[in-house]
Amino acid sequence: MMEQLAKVWQEVLNLRGFDYGLPSDVSTHGFAIDNLILTLHYFMALLFVGWGLYLVYCLVRFRERDGHEADVAPQHFSLPKYLEIGVVIFEACLLVFFSYPVWAKLKTDFPDRESSLVVRITAEQFAWNIHYPGRDGKFGKTNIDLIDGTNPVGLDREDPNAKDDIVSINQFNVPVGKPVIVELGAKDVIHGFFLPNARVKHDAIPGMVFPLWFETKETGKFEIACAQLCGVGHYRMKGYFNVFTQEEYDNWLLEEENALKEGA
Amino acid sequence: MSHHEMPFWKKYIFSTDHKVIGLQYGITATFFLLFGFFLMILMRWQLAYPGIEIPLIGKALTDTGALTPELYNALGAMHGTIMIFLGVVPMGVGAFGNYLVPLQVGACDMAFPKLNMMSYWVYFVGGVIMMMSFLMPGGAAASGWTSYPPLSVISNNAQTVWLVAMVFLITSSLLGSVNTIVTAIQLRAKGLNFMRWPIHVWAQVTTAFLLLLAFPPLEGAAVLQLADRLFGSSFFLPSGLVVSGEKLAVAGGGNPLLWQHLFWFLAHPEVYVLILPAVGIVSEIVTTNCRKPLYGYKTMVYSILFLGFMSFVVWAHHMFMTGMGVTLSSFFQATTMIISIPSVIILTTILLTLWGASIRFTVPMLFAMAFLPMFAIGGLTGLPLGLTASDIHLHDTYYVIGHFHYVVAPGTLFALMGGVYYWYPKFSGREMNEFLGKLHFWVSFVAINFVFMPMFLMGSKGVSRRMYDQTQYSHGAATQSWNVVMSTAAFVLLLAQIPFIWNMFTAWKTGKKVQNDNPWEATTLEWAASSPPPHENFPTPVEVYRNPYTYSATTRKVLPQFIPQEG
Repeated sequence: MMEQLAKVWQEVLNLRGFDYGLPSDVSTHGFAIDNLILTLHYFMALLFVGWGLYLVYCLVRFRERDGHEADVAPQHFSLPKYLEIGVVIFEACLLVFFSYPVWAKLKTDFPDRESSLVVRITAEQFAWNIHYPGRDGKFGKTNIDLIDGTNPVGLDREDPNAKDDIVSINQFNVPVGKPVIVELGAKDVIHGFFLPNARVKHDAIPGMVFPLWFETKETGKFEIACAQLCGVGHYRMKGYFNVFTQEEYDNWLLEEENALKEGA
Repeated sequence: MSHHEMPFWKKYIFSTDHKVIGLQYGITATFFLLFGFFLMILMRWQLAYPGIEIPLIGKALTDTGALTPELYNALGAMHGTIMIFLGVVPMGVGAFGNYLVPLQVGACDMAFPKLNMMSYWVYFVGGVIMMMSFLMPGGAAASGWTSYPPLSVISNNAQTVWLVAMVFLITSSLLGSVNTIVTAIQLRAKGLNFMRWPIHVWAQVTTAFLLLLAFPPLEGAAVLQLADRLFGSSFFLPSGLVVSGEKLAVAGGGNPLLWQHLFWFLAHPEVYVLILPAVGIVSEIVTTNCRKPLYGYKTMVYSILFLGFMSFVVWAHHMFMTGMGVTLSSFFQATTMIISIPSVIILTTILLTLWGASIRFTVPMLFAMAFLPMFAIGGLTGLPLGLTASDIHLHDTYYVIGHFHYVVAPGTLFALMGGVYYWYPKFSGREMNEFLGKLHFWVSFVAINFVFMPMFLMGSKGVSRRMYDQTQYSHGAATQSWNVVMSTAAFVLLLAQIPFIWNMFTAWKTGKKVQNDNPWEATTLEWAASSPPPHENFPTPVEVYRNPYTYSATTRKVLPQFIPQEG
């Protein structure tokens, strides 16, 4: 019900197909975030223009000039009180009907792991390590003692579950239309995992692993950005985020698997 | 009296007179504000023309003449630190609070004059130490003004200097805040009950309570981070850190988020430390230049107090992206929406004061009138950041930079500049030049909007903050042309400060002398003293007869608090 209403509102906001300066969005949850951003900005513009017109009117009408004196009698206006109450109610509505549901959905309503692509993303200065579990769907063991230049996540290739694991650097490929669960961590400092085109952002914090999820609805080639200052290379900690068709994705997976076999 | 024979160094350098200390704070803070601004000009050059040599001074900074990413990060961290802890707070609280609070409550001086002197000198030493960090091998602290661990703990030695300087600066603020609270409450003139305090005093006292209660956690946190850096502890370092492929030899077991909670527990109230003195100053300027009472004095007072209280329970809205669950984020979103209510009331109250006024467009009034829409933009753009859903896209982007700069730069700084023009006759007995003042105002007002408005557009596109070169990203490259506009405007803004600085220093000796002690026909107690006030302010004790901002109903003439009879 809420979702349908939100979609109707989205139609209203996008009446002329204008992007409002937001980047294109390929996620299924992104429209709710965009809706909130746009609704808020209409509300802010309304308040600002209202205040602004009143301010300019006052500055002109009540300017000091001959024959004009200030009215020093005590004043009472009730309109501002109602406006204030209106603002409070509007903010409460945004909170309860727009923001809470989106957050609750993203934080608690995770898709089924079986039918999702589960990946581990480990950030480091200054790269994104994307760890795919491979066909068995199980992540191999990792050990920080094994980390070196060729093994950025410290994957223990002796572990049977690790045999088919794929670790790619800065290349995050997902098939369109399939839910993706990301287990996000960091090796050294705090990074900010940001997919502007999928309305995904989360801090990658060393010592902790946070799950997050999203689902895509369109294919395309995009970027991973770092949102949190992480050192000298923060500005070039760019990754690539590719939303493939299932076929393209399978082909890529096959290539990686072949490369893995040749390497072994 | 003995002070006439005081040697120069005792009268003007190690003075215990709150007015001299206030001016010391003001001059030092002005220097730091200009220096922090200058750092930003260097950064803005790099942002507009990435990797291109800085004209004239570039070769003195680096081998190539262009900023390096290391230097850029250091400048960014120091810009934030200097502007907040060495510039705006010492100006708003140190200079205006120190100079005006005793005068506005009719006191001879601060309650603890020596503590006051100590507060300034501890601040001064903290500032010098902070500057010294530029001389450290590898440059100044480069982990942002927020100094998030583990980055700050593993970064170069300048971070240690930063932390030591912060301990000094925080100590200075604590000393100052105790003084303001005791002075305003204990040394009130006869008849000055609390509901007769000027709004500026309410704002300064609330600010002092915020400093007193919010700064100790950061001081503690700074000491903990020092311990992590120097003594091998791991308060903020988790186990299993691997930096550049090497396992970090630390005990581990700590949590980086602990720092963020301690930091923002200070740093959110800090936002209100920046804004409340500005609200106080604007209220004084507006009432005087409107020639009528403030609309809803009590509403204003309760809003300021409520704002101060609420500022302690919103801090975690800076941390929505750190894995916060539904319950906690719901609480902090709700408090964030609630804190917008007193902010709107304060703005509305000042706006309603304009109704039926007779507005004098003096230079301070121009700044106060610009403060209102600028602060409104800053406040309103806080809403999308305060709701978690919209924050997902906007968090840590230029949208945030635009938001808080609108609050602090064309908001607070404009109010402080207005305050300088407004109280200059009180400080010196002379007026600042009006033409130069208007030139300063109009050029600044136009330029500053070209600096900050495009940030909202860039942020909406998803351009991250604190980036040395945003053209690395496709969305950054697409909005890069805005950077040229913003940097040009920032340079114009810098030029616009020249008439201001010139005006401020030359008018001290050559400005037009004020006709009487109360040139603006204001109502509050500081105008009962002569301009400039003598040592110990009031030769005979003053008495207060009425509320601030009172006007005679029959003659419409101003009724200052310190004049007994009506009419």
